[in-house]
Amino acid sequence: MTILEAKDVSMYFGELVALDGIHLSVEEGEILGLIGPNGAGKTTFFNCISGFLNASRGEVLFKGQNITGMAPHRVCHLGICRTFQIVQSFSEMTVLENVMMGTFCRHAKTKKTMDLAQEILEFTGLAEKRNIKVGSMTLADQKRIELSRAIATEPELMLLDEVMAGLNPTETEEAIALIQKIHEKGITIIVVEHVMEVIMKISKRIAVFDSGELIVEGPPKEVVLDERVIKAYLGEEYDAQG
Amino acid sequence: MQTDRNFMITLGCLIAAFAVAPLIISDIHFQHLMIMLLLYAALSQAWNLIGGYAGQVSFGHAVFFGIGAYAAMAPLNQWGLTPWIGMAIGGLIATIVAMIIGIPVFRLKGHYFAISTFAVAEVVRELFSNWDWVDGPIGLDAPVLDPGWANFMFYKTKLPYHYTALIIFFLVTIVTFRMERSRMGYYFRAIKQRPEAAQAMGVNISLYKQYALMISAFFTAICGSFYGLYVLHIEPATVLSLEISIKIVLITALGGAGSLWGPLLGAMILIPLQEYSRVWLGGTGMGIDLIVLGALIVLICIFEPRGIVGLYKRFLYQKRNE
Repeated sequence: MTILEAKDVSMYFGELVALDGIHLSVEEGEILGLIGPNGAGKTTFFNCISGFLNASRGEVLFKGQNITGMAPHRVCHLGICRTFQIVQSFSEMTVLENVMMGTFCRHAKTKKTMDLAQEILEFTGLAEKRNIKVGSMTLADQKRIELSRAIATEPELMLLDEVMAGLNPTETEEAIALIQKIHEKGITIIVVEHVMEVIMKISKRIAVFDSGELIVEGPPKEVVLDERVIKAYLGEEYDAQG
Repeated sequence: MQTDRNFMITLGCLIAAFAVAPLIISDIHFQHLMIMLLLYAALSQAWNLIGGYAGQVSFGHAVFFGIGAYAAMAPLNQWGLTPWIGMAIGGLIATIVAMIIGIPVFRLKGHYFAISTFAVAEVVRELFSNWDWVDGPIGLDAPVLDPGWANFMFYKTKLPYHYTALIIFFLVTIVTFRMERSRMGYYFRAIKQRPEAAQAMGVNISLYKQYALMISAFFTAICGSFYGLYVLHIEPATVLSLEISIKIVLITALGGAGSLWGPLLGAMILIPLQEYSRVWLGGTGMGIDLIVLGALIVLICIFEPRGIVGLYKRFLYQKRNE
């Protein structure tokens, strides 16, 4: 079943075309990888889905419902949660409180929220650090907290924006394992990532963006050999043989 | 955050101390000082909800203060209506005004809220200055009525005023305490720190800012009513002045914005400092108390933006790490 469908989604900032007629559908239960060079429009696409930007043209359907231009908090309540490319921790709060911010989305009582947040921290392996202020933690931990917080909103679809950028190889491995664990819970995931190896490992289908357009879509192995993809990443002079 | 038990004990002790103080010290100037201290502590605590916790700095709280003062004084002055009803109406009107201000302003990002509060405060003061029914710039005097609780008027003692101010402070603090550990409190702090992340967590940020401003406005108006009934004369230049708006902000910033005890601490330092520097330096040195105030604020901003509560926390942190 299709969980998310983008129909002709376009975003213009004045003269600049950030997204140009994106058609893309996401099946329930899959991990879709979004790749592309800097400025290709990946984050803009996420912003259009999650309500942070109102698409200039086209529509976004979530489980058949039109969510184009809906306010971010409403999109979250419907079951789509996003993380941010640049970590956005509530740095004056503890780890537990950060995750509670997510749990509060579905539960009003502080005590209940705290218990649920605790469970999520155990799931993501942060339980021991629950009383530390987030501001003083490493990037890897903060990214993990963002993931925990996102899970806490009980989403059906998660939009992960470069959750592995800036991590060392070991941390990346751990992050991949966590994403797979989240996926096993039955959550559909769209991952934006620069690192090809990472995306190849976790997703069965990849969509490649370049200059605001969706240029290729398909299984990872085919996509990396596609001429247009190589051109997008390396420039005109190179080709698959070279 | 403190535990519930710690909070109850601290608050209980403070209230007891403030309740006993005027019984021991009968000096009328000291009693007046205590009343002003409690009033400003309550005002700053109310401001703290929107400015401290939710991080939306308002430089126009005099609007709500003035509305409260006029709502209690005008009906009392014109029709002899008991000020208690006026106080309730003032709270209600201030809440509605807060809502009206918030609807357009909280849709904007950045510092537009702070800027617009300045503008609103100026506009409201001009309105009251030109409103004949409340005697424009001359202001209103409370009529001479029978003393007692019904008219909230006492001529021979300051004690009823003292206890009323104490109760107002107590109520705002309890509300703040309850808010601090509820979902609303978490949402306020999240909005202050990372508004976009809060939105991504499903928080309707403009609605919650709206709540913060409305609760804050309500209590500010109650304080305004109390002030009017205590000093018996109000005019736009005093109850709607920029000075009041700024003083509330300064007290909270000095004590510690976004902390439960910050406003009281700030008031305990600033109000006596202001009163006594005025006495020592004399009326001719007009504004010297404000210079001292300004210097204090500059120091806070440079060394500890979290105020005295922040200093204390830093001290605790260093001790723990030794």
